[in-house]
Formats: sequence, C-alpha cells, structure tokens
Amino acid sequence: MSGPIRHAVDLAVLGAGPAGGAAALAASRAGLSVALIDENPDAGGQVWRKPVRPAARAATAEPGDALRADLAASGITLLYGRTVWSVGASLDLDMIDAESGRWERVSAGRLVAAGGAHERVVPFPGWTLPGVVGLAGATILLKSHGIAPGRRVLVAGCGPLLFAVAAGLAGAGVEVVGVADLAARSDWLRALPDLLTRPGLLGQGACWMTSLKAAGIPIFFRQALRRAEGATEIARAVIGPVDAHGAPAPGPERTFAVDALCVGHGLVPGSDVTRLLRAPHRFDPLRGGLVPVTDEAGRTGISGLYAVGDGAGLRGAAMAALGGELAGLAAAADAGRLAPDAFAREAERLRRAMARERPFSDRMAGMMRLRPAQVQAIAPETVVCRCEDVTRAEIDAACAAGARDVNQMKQFTRCGMGPCQGRLCGDVAAELLAARVGTREAVGAFTARPPLRPIGFDELMGDFDYADIPIPEPAPL
Amino acid sequence: MTVHDLAVVGGGVHGATAALFAARGGMDVALFERGALCREASGVNAGTLTMQMTRTALMPYALRAHAMWASARDWLGHDVGVVVCDGLSLAFTPAEEELLAYRAGKRREAGAPITLVSGAQARRIEPGLSEAVRSAGHCRVDGYANAYLTGLAYRRALIEAGVALRENTPVGGVTPTGAGFELETASGTVRARRILLAGGVWIEPMLAWLGVHLPIKTLVNQLVVSERVAPIMRTVVGIANGLLSLKQYPHGTVVIGGGWQGVGDRERGGVELLPDRVVGNVRLACHAIPALRAARMARAWAGLEAETADALPVAGPVPGIEGAFVCGSVHSGYTSGPYIARLLAERLLGREPDLPLFPIDRLLARPEAA
Repeated sequence: MSGPIRHAVDLAVLGAGPAGGAAALAASRAGLSVALIDENPDAGGQVWRKPVRPAARAATAEPGDALRADLAASGITLLYGRTVWSVGASLDLDMIDAESGRWERVSAGRLVAAGGAHERVVPFPGWTLPGVVGLAGATILLKSHGIAPGRRVLVAGCGPLLFAVAAGLAGAGVEVVGVADLAARSDWLRALPDLLTRPGLLGQGACWMTSLKAAGIPIFFRQALRRAEGATEIARAVIGPVDAHGAPAPGPERTFAVDALCVGHGLVPGSDVTRLLRAPHRFDPLRGGLVPVTDEAGRTGISGLYAVGDGAGLRGAAMAALGGELAGLAAAADAGRLAPDAFAREAERLRRAMARERPFSDRMAGMMRLRPAQVQAIAPETVVCRCEDVTRAEIDAACAAGARDVNQMKQFTRCGMGPCQGRLCGDVAAELLAARVGTREAVGAFTARPPLRPIGFDELMGDFDYADIPIPEPAPL
Repeated sequence: MTVHDLAVVGGGVHGATAALFAARGGMDVALFERGALCREASGVNAGTLTMQMTRTALMPYALRAHAMWASARDWLGHDVGVVVCDGLSLAFTPAEEELLAYRAGKRREAGAPITLVSGAQARRIEPGLSEAVRSAGHCRVDGYANAYLTGLAYRRALIEAGVALRENTPVGGVTPTGAGFELETASGTVRARRILLAGGVWIEPMLAWLGVHLPIKTLVNQLVVSERVAPIMRTVVGIANGLLSLKQYPHGTVVIGGGWQGVGDRERGGVELLPDRVVGNVRLACHAIPALRAARMARAWAGLEAETADALPVAGPVPGIEGAFVCGSVHSGYTSGPYIARLLAERLLGREPDLPLFPIDRLLARPEAA
C-alpha cells in the first residue's frame, strides 16, 4: 500500500508560533535534529503571522521576521503547510502536505505541542450570521491579507485585542462605529501598574487608543452585545450595559447599522494534542480553561511530551517564546544532549525573564477570562454549537434528562459532534452544564479525537490498489 | 436496608435490557453503572444491525433482536434512530466471491434471508456502489441504529419501569452471603437476592469477584465518521470477509467501521487509533462508495468489544453460585444483545426462554467456589 513519507528526528515541534519557534531553535542549537511543523505557509503563528500581501505589513511583523530568518538558517526541517491529523502514543505525527497532497509521518520520540489557542465567542442571538467575525479571524484577514471584514464595523468583546482590531480597522480606512468592552474603564486603570512593567507593549496600546481617539471612535465601557440582526447577513448590532460580572444590566440599548461585527471574548487553549494523548489536565480559568499539567519547562505527565505557549495556558507571546525556549532546552537535556548544569544556568536565566513578564501576562489573561455570568445570560433559543445547531435550551434539556458530564450531554444532543469537535462551543457548553451539575472539573471536557483537523478522505487515498489494502483476516463465521 | 430482587452490574445494552424486562416482570431491580449508561461498547459502536456479519450460531437470536430494534419505539418507548434498510456484502475479487458464496450460504442455512446478486443488480439496489463490485450478498433484514442515542433511550425507559438507576456508581466487589449478595459501592453496601453481571469486556474481573475465572478477550474496534454530506448511499454496505461496515445516517454523516483494530485494553479503554489502519479502512470504504472521497473525516474513535474463547456469548447462571447470572460478550452484540438479554430476564423471572441461553460452563478454565 502507498504509505507515508517518513521523517525521523530527535524532536518534533507542532506549531511554529513564538513558543514552537523558540523551542525548535533552542533544541536545534543544543544539537537535536528537529522538525518544526505548522499548518500555515510560514512560521510566526497568529501573533507574528507573515503577511501574504506586502501591503498588509504591520509594525508587529518584526519579531516574526527575525524568527523566520533564524529558522531558515537553522538546519531545522521546516514542514509548513502541513495538516496534522493523527498523533500516536509513540508521538508519531501523521500529516498531509497541502501543496503536494502527500501523506507524511514524523517520528521523533519527543514532541513539543505548541498549537496556540482558539478564540472564544460567548453566543448571543445572531452570532452565526454572515458578517460576524472573531477578533482573531479579523486580525488574520487584516494582518495577513490586508482585507477588511466590512466597511462599517462594530468591535465588541473583551481584552486588548479589541483595541488592536479597532485601531487596525481604522488604519485600513474602515469606519469603526464603536468599541464595546465588557470591562470598565476602571478595570483598565487598575491594570495600569502591571501594564507599566512592559512599557513597549503599553506604548503599543497607547498608540491604539490615540488612533481611536483621533478617528473619533467611541468606546463603550461595560457594554456587551445584546444581539446581531439581519435577514441573511448582519445589518445591525445592538449593545447594552452589563454589570461587573458580564451579566446584562438595566440601561438603554444602542443600535448600530453595520455590515460586519468583530467579536471575541478571550481565547481558549488549544489542548487537543495533550488531551488526545491523555496527559493530565486541570481547569484554570485565568489561563483560559482546560490546560495540561506541566512543570516550568513544559514537561507534561507523558514522557517525551512537552506543552508550551498559549495552548498550555494563556500567557501571551513574550511568555510563550521564553517557555518555548525552556522546553526546547529541556528536551535536549532530557535526551542527554545538554549537560544538567548548562540546562540549570539557562533555566535560571529564562526563569528571571519570565518573572519580569508575569505581571503583564497575568493581567492580560485576566482581562480576557470568561465571565460565567455572561454565559448564564445566554438566551434559551440561542445556538451554542454552530456545527450541529444545538441551542442552550437543548443543552439544559439534556441536563434535565440526566446528563452529568459534557460527553454524556454530547451523546444526548450532538453538541460538539461536528467538524470542529467542540473547539468553538466546548468551553461555553461545559460552563452551562457546570452551572447546573457542579464544577467544571466534574463536567470535564469533550474527549479529544483524531483527526486534529478535519481531513478530506480524498487526501488519504494516495495511489492505492485494492489488492494492497491490508484487509485483516475474516471475522469468525 | 432494602434488599433488591435483582442487582445488575453494568449498564450497557445487555444489563439495561435485562433490568428493564425484569422490572416490568415485577422484580425490584437496581442497576449499577460505573459511568453513564451505554457509554462504552453500547454507545460507541457502529450501530450496524446486520445479519451479514452475524455468527451463524447467533442467527435465530439476531433475527429476533433485529425485529426488537425495528420496533424499539413500542417496547423501549424511545427512539434510538433505527433505520431498517437493505444490506449488501460486497465481493471485489474472485476469491472474495468464493468467500461470499460460502459465508452467505452458511448464513442462509441459519435462517438469514440472504441472496447472491450480480454487480449490476447490487448497483440497482445501491446506486452509490463502485463499478468494481463483482457480486454481493443482499439481505433485506439489515439496517442501523444511532448508537449514541442508546443511553438516553434506555435511561428514560429504565426510570419509567421503576428501576433504581445508579449511574456513576462503581461496584468494588460482590460477596455471596448465602441468602443473596452484598455489593460494595462508594455510597455503601447494597443487598440483592440475585445478581446479574453484565459488564461486557469487564465480565472477566466481575466474575473474579465470585472466584470464577473466565477469560474475555478485548477487541479494540476503530471507527471513523464523516462530516455531514448530501445523500451518497442508502444501504448498509460491508465486504465478504466482514471487515467493512458503512452507512449514511439521515443527518448526513457516514460511519465507517468493520473491526479494524486499534490499541487499548479494558483498563484504559480504546487509547489509540493506528493511522495505517484508519487509512486502510477509509480506502476500503471509498473503494466501495466512490462518492465518499469528497467527504471529510470529522472524528475517529476506538470502542471495545468482548470476545470469549469460542466467540459465542456468555448468558446464563454462574455455576455453583445460586442466584448469580452473567450476560454479555455477544459477537456483534449491539445487534443481538437486546434479545439475548431479554431471554436472560425471562429466566430470572422463572419462565422458560423461547431459545436456549449460552451457559458458561464450557468456558471455565478452572471453576472455583467463592
């Protein structure tokens, strides 16, 4: 049978963002042979994404350029444009090369999972209308392709991405009708001392705010989306006041005529690989939800498996790069290729650097965390699982019918059974169930299953002959 | 303390069906399940209700069980998404045609209404079929259920029947007291006059509580489901040697199975799918129904199946231990399970079952009294 093309290396790194890139470089410099794998056409991840069109080039592209140059000169096997669909207990990765269509397998024995995070949208009526785009999705469109999601746009949700997206849109000539922030102005003021620890990033934030002010874009603090309206696509977005917990509060609504809405309520760690391999996890609301249990160097409970970056808990790009470097060095040390004292010295240096980043990182993660009251305010008829059209009322009914964990609820409702495997709805669905039956720990998380990304059967066909399919022996008659 | 007439340990199709009919027959029944109902083999199998993969010795049972599934709304009272349709078992090569003719013949002798049809006839029955099909076994008694709905349906039925349902309640051990049994659970000791062990692949450790050694092999069946696609097939499709099962559900997903083995055991469950075997199974499926190539894989998983040394069920009393019964390890057990478990309930109620049970004496390496 036509099987995979094989690559054998000391270390595989899945995800070429700040964490994975740093891990690969550190391990490579320590003498390991490394394969760095990413589904995108180049390294950088979401935060340091390489613009496809030069016109889309932004100020934040610089760290990505340095990373890409270092990687290109490193001797690391760079496997970009790969859709990884299987990770085995031996840590083998099976993938399809998008360009050639070929099936490849990377065998390493050590794996750094650096898959980053998904965006979270807490559902509201109309959130599945065309024209409603995630903040991270809008960032990709804008940064990578120089495409604006609309001509007249409302930006809503929470966290620093709100202002980055609004400023980016305004800079691209889009009419931004307003920014609705779940947080109060006082929340940001309280954050200021921590933000001052990273003057560079604070300065970037100040730039965004200045450009919003210059463009006359109003910011509505402690306001959230009530609904999006439109017949076949979004035409209006309605916001209203919320309390400190994210629950709707009394007060007038505001309606904006828009052709796009950019919305995001923080990020959820993409823990698919560590969950699939059954590493121990814990629930950490500050870090975005379910995260693998690791030591400071990213070692999980599975021998040879490391988890770094936002996929191991939200900490942001700077912490991701430091944590990635430490995990890359740990992999080299664990493989006996870096002396223990040399590793200890490097670890101490990175530990100090991480301590400097932590106040800023924690504060930003806090601004993006899920507000449980916002989830509890989801209306019964609102779709939660958009792959399978499962509403909040159906999830509540499954709970009333006896579902006590998210996987039982999934069997009762099909919630999470679609192509995204619950990446979009899993966090909110678990929160809904937890409010009725106990804790997030008790309701658990959707069981992670292959494929890590939906994959076309056609892509698994290769050039096969029927006679070559290894059909097992007949079952007993 | 309450003494139940019957304590069932294991909440799959076997345990749940036996509990249901025992309760309807007037017994006070408690059912213990360490997790949620029908979340192991009974909830994650391919849902196929076919005679063309059924062992010949089980055919009379499977035919009656098929009729039960087809009328689940009547006796279970709740929907398990059963669709009755044609089934085709395909042959692509002369060797497979020979195998098909032999196996279909044996199953026909055992009572399955299977006829052999040409490739062209098969394509009239299933227009989605590949041109490469040379001939096929055709059976009108076929179909599938939506296995993941099994737990919800049984849960409602058991509660309505008055069964004391104890989900998320592992049983740590069972001790015969002479007058009955004591079950250790986290919430205390439970007493019952009779006990039914219905733990699927876990029947082996359950019987060990009673000092009985009955080896049960654990199969780890890989399954793949597509995303929802437009209708591309209307039958249940297999191949001559039984190692493909393929059908499209009304909501559009296509489930690909056939017993390709992944990695796992009863301690850890189905822990790993082997990519080479996922690819082999998918290639075989697409070889049978070419339009499937355009779909995407949404999810794949591995579920456990129990198998005895002779691949026939364990269903009957535990020798030497008055009041102890066991039921399970039925080949293609999702298809035949409800009928065999119902027979066992008849026996528990003191009635003469319509068909013989499957006593376990034949399988005991060295029976020991507790």
